[in-house]
Amino acid sequence: MSTESKSLYGILAEVKNPKKLIDIASAVERGGYRKFDTFSPFPIHGMDKAMSLKKSKLGWIVLGHGIAGLIGGFSMIYFMSVADYPLNISGKPFMNIPAWVPILFELTVLLSAFGAVFGMFFLNGLPRLNHPLFNSENFKKATDNGFFICIESEDPKFDRTEVQKLLEDHGAENIEEIYPD
Amino acid sequence: MSKTYEYVPEPALVKGNHDFGSITRLVTDINLRPTPKAWYIVFGISNLLLFVLLASIGYLIWQGTGIWGLNSTVNWGWAIINFVWWVGIGHAGTLISAILFLFRQNWRTAINRFAEAMTIFAVMCAGIFPAIHVGRIWVIYWVFPVPNSMAMWPNFNSPLLWDVFAISTYLTVSFLFWYVGLVPDFATLRDRIKSKFGKIAYGIAALGWRGSNRHWWNYEKAYMILAGLATPLVLSVHTIVSFDFAVSVIPGWHTTIFPPYFVAGAVFSGFAMVLTLMIIVRKIYGLEEIMTDDHIEKMNIIILVTGSMVGFAYLMEFFIAWYGQVEYEKAIFILRATGPYAWAYWIMITCNVLSPQFFWSKKLRRHVGFTFFISIVVNIGMWFERFVITVTSLSTDFLPSSWGYYSPTMWDMLTYLGTFGLFGTFFLLFLRFLPMIAVAELKGAMPQADPHNYNDEGEYAPHEEIIPEPKRSY
Repeated sequence: MSTESKSLYGILAEVKNPKKLIDIASAVERGGYRKFDTFSPFPIHGMDKAMSLKKSKLGWIVLGHGIAGLIGGFSMIYFMSVADYPLNISGKPFMNIPAWVPILFELTVLLSAFGAVFGMFFLNGLPRLNHPLFNSENFKKATDNGFFICIESEDPKFDRTEVQKLLEDHGAENIEEIYPD
Repeated sequence: MSKTYEYVPEPALVKGNHDFGSITRLVTDINLRPTPKAWYIVFGISNLLLFVLLASIGYLIWQGTGIWGLNSTVNWGWAIINFVWWVGIGHAGTLISAILFLFRQNWRTAINRFAEAMTIFAVMCAGIFPAIHVGRIWVIYWVFPVPNSMAMWPNFNSPLLWDVFAISTYLTVSFLFWYVGLVPDFATLRDRIKSKFGKIAYGIAALGWRGSNRHWWNYEKAYMILAGLATPLVLSVHTIVSFDFAVSVIPGWHTTIFPPYFVAGAVFSGFAMVLTLMIIVRKIYGLEEIMTDDHIEKMNIIILVTGSMVGFAYLMEFFIAWYGQVEYEKAIFILRATGPYAWAYWIMITCNVLSPQFFWSKKLRRHVGFTFFISIVVNIGMWFERFVITVTSLSTDFLPSSWGYYSPTMWDMLTYLGTFGLFGTFFLLFLRFLPMIAVAELKGAMPQADPHNYNDEGEYAPHEEIIPEPKRSY
C-alpha cells in the first residue's frame, strides 16, 4: 500500500434501494471484507444476516443494570428504614418488604432503561462530534433516502482498485474516496 | 354456498404516492420553513396562561394552601384531581410507543412521536400539583431519599412516596424513549438545515448519528428492550396513582378494582387527548396522508373498548358495594349517584360511558368532526371521574356531623387553567423545532422499506394481495 492510501478512510458507494443494499452487503461479506458498514435512513430487515452481525450484547448490559437497580434499591431501603433510622409506623414491621415492591420495581425499570439507552450509545461509539464520512456531501442522503456502503481502508483485504471494481460490479453509483480531513 | 367471510386487507399506512424522500420533506420541512404567524399568536396565548400558572403558584407559596377551596374533611381537591387527570392523559404516549410496538401495530409510527411528546408534557403538568400541594414546598426534598438535618428518611411504606418514584421514573423513561426515537430524525434535520446555528444545535442533539446498520442493529435492540420495560412501567404508574386512594381506608377508595380501572381510564383519556391534538395538527400542517382516517378509526376503537371497561368498572363498584354489605361503602355509592354531587356523577356517566358508545357505528368513528367532539367530551368526563372519586368520598365521610360541600376557589381554577399554558408552550415548541412524526420509523414501516417487496433485479415489485378463499372442510 502506498503512503497516500494510509490517510484514506474508505470507499463509499451508493445504491438505489434497500434490496440492493442487502445484495451488495452480502457480496462484500462473501468477498471476505470485515471492516465495512452500510448506511440507511431506517433499519433494514435482514441486514444482520447479510452483514453477519453478531447478536447485540445490549441485553446483558440491561440485565446488569436491572439487577443493580433491584439490589441497590433494596439495600437503600433496608439501610434507611431498618438499619439507620427505623420508624415505627402504626406498628408495621420495619422489614416491610411487600410495601417496598412498587419502589423496587420502579428502580429496576429505571436503571434498566438507563442501561438500554446509554448502553446502546456506548456500543455504537456515540456520541461523537465528527466522522470522516460527513466530509461527503452525497452522504447527507443517508438520513433521507440514500443507501450507502463503505469499505474501510483498515480492512486487511482492502485494495483500492479491487474494491472499486467489486462495488461497480454490483451496480453501485457515486463511488467516492473518503479522506479524514 | 356464499362466502362466509369477507377478507379485509390492511389499509396502507401512508396514503398518497410517497417515497422516502417525499416523506422526509413532508415532515421535516415543517421545522425548516419560517415560523408561521399563527404559531406566534398561539404561542403568545400559551405563554400568558403559563404566566397565570406561575403567578398562582407564587401566590400559593406566599399565602399557603388556604387560598384553595380545601376544607376539613375535603383535604384533597382540585390539585389532586388535576394531578390524576394529567397523569392519565400522559399514559397514551407510552402505550402507543411501547405496547403497540410489542404488538407490531405499525400504524403507531404515524402518531407515536406526537403522543410521546404529549405524554412528557402532560406528566410535567401533573407533577406540579402534588409538589405544590405539600404546603411547605421548600422542604419538598424530604420526599427524596437525601440526607436532611433531622437525619430521617422517607417512609417507604407510604403510597405517596411510591408515587414520587413512579412518576419520576415514568417521566425519565418516557423522555429517554422519546429521545432515542428522535436521534435519527435529529440527524435528518442536521443534514437538511441550512443555517449554521441549526446545524450545530441539531448536530449536537443527533449525537453523531449516521445511519450505520451496525448502529441500527443495537438501536433496534435498545428500542425493543425499552418497549418491553415501558410496558409494565406504564401499567404500574397509574396502578400506583390508584394506590394513593386504594391503600387508604376511605369508603369508595378502598377497593381492589382501582388499579385496573385507573389504567383503563388513563388509556381512555390519553387516546382522547391524542385525538384532540392530532385532528387539529394534521389539519394545520397538512399531514392527512400520514395521520389518516384509518388511524382515527383505530384510536376510536380503543376509546370504545377502554370506555366500556371504565363503564364496567363503575357498575362493578356498585355491585361490590352492595355485595360487600359494608354500611359506609353502600352509603357512599348511593350518595355518589343521588347525593350533593350527583350532577358530577351523571356528567361522568354521560361523558365516559355513553359518549364512546357512538363509536359502534363505523360511520361515526371515521367522522373527523364527530371524533374531535367526542375526544373533548371524554376528557371532560375523565376529569369529572376524578372529581367524583376524590370529593364525594371525602365530603361525606364516616361522621355525618362533619359533612360539608366542597367548592373550588378562583385560585384552584387559575392553576388548572395555567397548566394548559405550560402544556401548550412546550407542545408548540415541540411542533416548531422537532419532527412531529417519527420519520425514520415511518419509512421503515413503508412497503418500499421491505427488501422482500423487490424482485431479483432490485426493482420495486410489491406482492399482490392474495385473497384467501374460505376453507370448507365439510
